[in-house]
Amino acid sequence: MSGDARQTAAQIVQSYDGPPLRIMEVCGTHTHEIFRLGIRSLLPPQVDLISGPGCPVCVTPVGFIDEALWLAEHGVTIATFGDLVRVPGTERSLADARADGARVQVVYSPLDALSYAKEHADEQVTFLSVGFETTVPAACLVADQALEEGVSNFSLLTANKTMPNAYAALRQSADVFLYPGHVHAITGTALCEELAEQGVSGVLAGFTAKELVTALAVAVRKSQEGKPFFVNAYPRVVRPEGTPAAVALMDKVMEPVDAEWRGLGVIPQSGLQLREAYSAIDARKKFEMPHIEGKPNPACRCGEVLQGHCKPSDCPLFGKVCTPQHPVGACMVSGEGACSAYFQYGGGQL
Amino acid sequence: MSKQVTLAMGAGGKQTAELIDKVFAKRFESPLLTADDAAVLERPAGRIAMSTDGFIVSPSFFPGGNIGKLSVCGTVNDLACMGARPLYLTCAFVIEEGFDLDKLEQIADAMAKTAAEAGVTLVAGDTKVAGKGQVDGVFITTTGVGEIVEGAAPAGANARPGDAIIVTGDVGRHGCTILLARDDFGIEANVTSDCAPLWSSVEAMLNASKNIHVIRDATRGGVGTVLYEIASQSGVGISLDAAAVPVDPAVGGVCRMLGLEPLYLACEGRLVVIAPKDEAPVLVEALRSAPHSKGAAIIGEVTDERPGWVVMNTEVGTQTLLPQPGGELLPRIC
Repeated sequence: MSGDARQTAAQIVQSYDGPPLRIMEVCGTHTHEIFRLGIRSLLPPQVDLISGPGCPVCVTPVGFIDEALWLAEHGVTIATFGDLVRVPGTERSLADARADGARVQVVYSPLDALSYAKEHADEQVTFLSVGFETTVPAACLVADQALEEGVSNFSLLTANKTMPNAYAALRQSADVFLYPGHVHAITGTALCEELAEQGVSGVLAGFTAKELVTALAVAVRKSQEGKPFFVNAYPRVVRPEGTPAAVALMDKVMEPVDAEWRGLGVIPQSGLQLREAYSAIDARKKFEMPHIEGKPNPACRCGEVLQGHCKPSDCPLFGKVCTPQHPVGACMVSGEGACSAYFQYGGGQL
Repeated sequence: MSKQVTLAMGAGGKQTAELIDKVFAKRFESPLLTADDAAVLERPAGRIAMSTDGFIVSPSFFPGGNIGKLSVCGTVNDLACMGARPLYLTCAFVIEEGFDLDKLEQIADAMAKTAAEAGVTLVAGDTKVAGKGQVDGVFITTTGVGEIVEGAAPAGANARPGDAIIVTGDVGRHGCTILLARDDFGIEANVTSDCAPLWSSVEAMLNASKNIHVIRDATRGGVGTVLYEIASQSGVGISLDAAAVPVDPAVGGVCRMLGLEPLYLACEGRLVVIAPKDEAPVLVEALRSAPHSKGAAIIGEVTDERPGWVVMNTEVGTQTLLPQPGGELLPRIC
């Protein structure tokens, strides 16, 4: 696309003069890029861009961290993505537990966790499996491999989420969704088409500056036509059929389950758990874990931020007791979290 | 002689003398290199600058250099940033018992070669050996003395609104190299450290113009951290043109994958130079004539708006703040 065409997309967004419009970007990477590129400043005042619940760390409930802490206290080595280490549970985080001597190993992929388990046969290793359809296939691959190879000291504690029912739950919060490109690269576009038929509008967006601005231009222009729509504005990566092999693997290893989203409550059939055949590596069954209910900090407004009901700076904790160095809520932990992005990019100063 | 460094080699006796002779003395040979307790040196005509720096990089060998080269560049570049021609260097080694002598010789080779290129003379040294596990491989501390070129007075507090901001090459390469060399991410990319002695670049600039307000070495926190420091020291705002910041395509790719900002990745051979706008083209031309700053570019300007902040002018025509530095990005990079 030429420089002129890009300018045109930006101009389309800037010159929107229609009725108030709420656009929700669902993906955490979109949130981060929108802040990094200062895209909010392109929007006319009647267009509101809401950071939705698409950062896996942000929507992981307090109780899940408490479950991981329970395992750590029972001598299990926790293998996890780095961001989760600092997320507060009801009373403390995995970082606090690690300081007290718990074994918490940061890994960069589920495969690293399995390799760690194989190299440390004397430890029980549990991988904290969080994330959406983008990361679930890798977790499933590892689950499959561990079971097949009989790696007896490896298990998964799952809190994976899927998007379809989350869109339905959030449909009152936005007029147009910016759908997450990488999720639909796996699952395809059929769901988005169905949602459009049910009256939910959306644009599938990529991640570069011009892809994001183009997607916003499509959103504002199509919304003026007055009928629900779906546009794939990321066709170089997302094919209508998605990646069938990955979907088949997910279906083989995991099954839908009701799931709690931090701040949003329980959304029916919006999570994934290991199927019966994988019980041997399901940490909840393997270690006969009790049901653990977490209690979030009552002052934290992450839940309202995730639904677009308030801005991060409206929270009394924001920037004072809750900072990226000392996060209270999960949205302040990950670089993809709305509060963290808002804080790092100057609290909306520009 | 053993193939590994032993505790006896650090005890001060015969084995120590052998280690020094075999590894260091012949490589660092010069009339000024002392065999006594201290080097005795001629006093330079101008004012002197003096700096010291410790190096603990892990791994100690990486694409584009090793800890020896780094230990010379680090201190020479600190002197150069004050407009000082590097003259003398001392070095102190703390070596882990069992460290390969071969590797130690390669480190000493790199130091000798880099010192020669920078025009600095190694005049004194010290060698200690610590027990296995008490240090990781080898740690080096270097101290340097340089002579300040008459008329040069760059300092972090001297940036003025209207000045141009120059970087001497693509940013973030050393940090990215170390990140990949540790192999934590399973990413392979063809990236080499920018580690280089930069006196030749500073000398070229000073020959072209002495009207330079700030010269800073962008090391640990990268160019972004240096810019925030200058904004604070000088009480000015800094406005960057995001598209003008040179980034190697491989470094950019790794950063996008890992969600890192190249402006916050360490450099070991890059300067941030701030000078009046009128001087900038001459300085850039001078920099491009020196061997380690061929990629010099103007990346922004100093303003009187938003003092203390670095503002990015993005590729989509918007303005956004560069996030302030904070947290530990990567330990032990230099």
